[in-house]
Amino acid sequence: MTPAIAQTSLPADWRDFLALTKPRVMSLVVFTGLCGLLAAPVTLPPALGFTAVLCIALAAGAAGALNQWYESDLDALMRRTANRPLPAGRMDRQSALHFGVGLGAFSVVLMDLATNHLAALLLAASILFYVLIYTVWLKRRTAQNIVIGGAAGAFPPLIGWVAATGRIELMPVLLFAIIFLWTPPHFWALSLFVRSDYAAAKVPMLPVVAGIPTTRLQIFVYSLTVAVAAVAPWGLGLTGWIYGVTAMVLSLIFLMLAGLVLANRSTDTASMKPERRLFAFSVLYLFILFGAVVVDRWVA
Amino acid sequence: MTPQPEDERVRRQRERARLMAWLLAAFVVLLFLITVAKIGLHR
Repeated sequence: MTPAIAQTSLPADWRDFLALTKPRVMSLVVFTGLCGLLAAPVTLPPALGFTAVLCIALAAGAAGALNQWYESDLDALMRRTANRPLPAGRMDRQSALHFGVGLGAFSVVLMDLATNHLAALLLAASILFYVLIYTVWLKRRTAQNIVIGGAAGAFPPLIGWVAATGRIELMPVLLFAIIFLWTPPHFWALSLFVRSDYAAAKVPMLPVVAGIPTTRLQIFVYSLTVAVAAVAPWGLGLTGWIYGVTAMVLSLIFLMLAGLVLANRSTDTASMKPERRLFAFSVLYLFILFGAVVVDRWVA
Repeated sequence: MTPQPEDERVRRQRERARLMAWLLAAFVVLLFLITVAKIGLHR
């Protein structure tokens, strides 16, 4: 890893610390964590529920900050990330490291204080998994980085549920599985139309290593597994019809869009509309699906 | 006209200090609410 990309002399602006936490990624993490919490059969007092979701958000922010600290050299090579605080030289690496470690430790201690040991342990595991397993170990070494690393992003609903109940049950494990299986098609769709960035940074993403047709096939295969995992809670009688119908309709659309990606033969980034559509829809898919889990629990 | 580096440094430090003060105050309130909720749970 190379040292700081650009020298900084001024103290970093607080907005750059905020940018370090990847707020856009955090929104999905917070939402799925909140859904895990609200779908649980135990209702926490609002102050504790709010704190649990806050801790999930802070932990995600800490993981994002540590990821940017470690990857500042890679970020400088990719157009999509070159303007982040570290590669742009608006912050020194030590500040990012201190911020990430401090925020992570604070989130785990606060979670333990407000909810239970198991939720705090899972929260710590999610940060360590994202930073050590995904960022440090897998990302630069294998095309399966997203597959295994996806587990880090799948923790929030499990943590939300455990924060409320104190136990790991089948339903939150299925919610974990949905995000885990959803991550590869989501990121591979993105990596298809920004693959030149990944190639320039020598990140072994699947389109760079295995080629575009293989990636499109893998996207479709994983989309099938997402559909099965999404319908499973209803099939196993863990949810009602509201979730069941929502999961089936959404998964059919997801599969249709993945099918269009599979059918696309173009290697030109400008002609990758199916990939862009699948990427955009995949975010919506997760939001609506997890929203349906909560609506089903409280309405049905 | 662009601000002098020293002025900019002071401005950023003040902004960060003000933000930290608000965050600490919010943390104190949160700790109080957590304590009240925990006492309620164990009654």
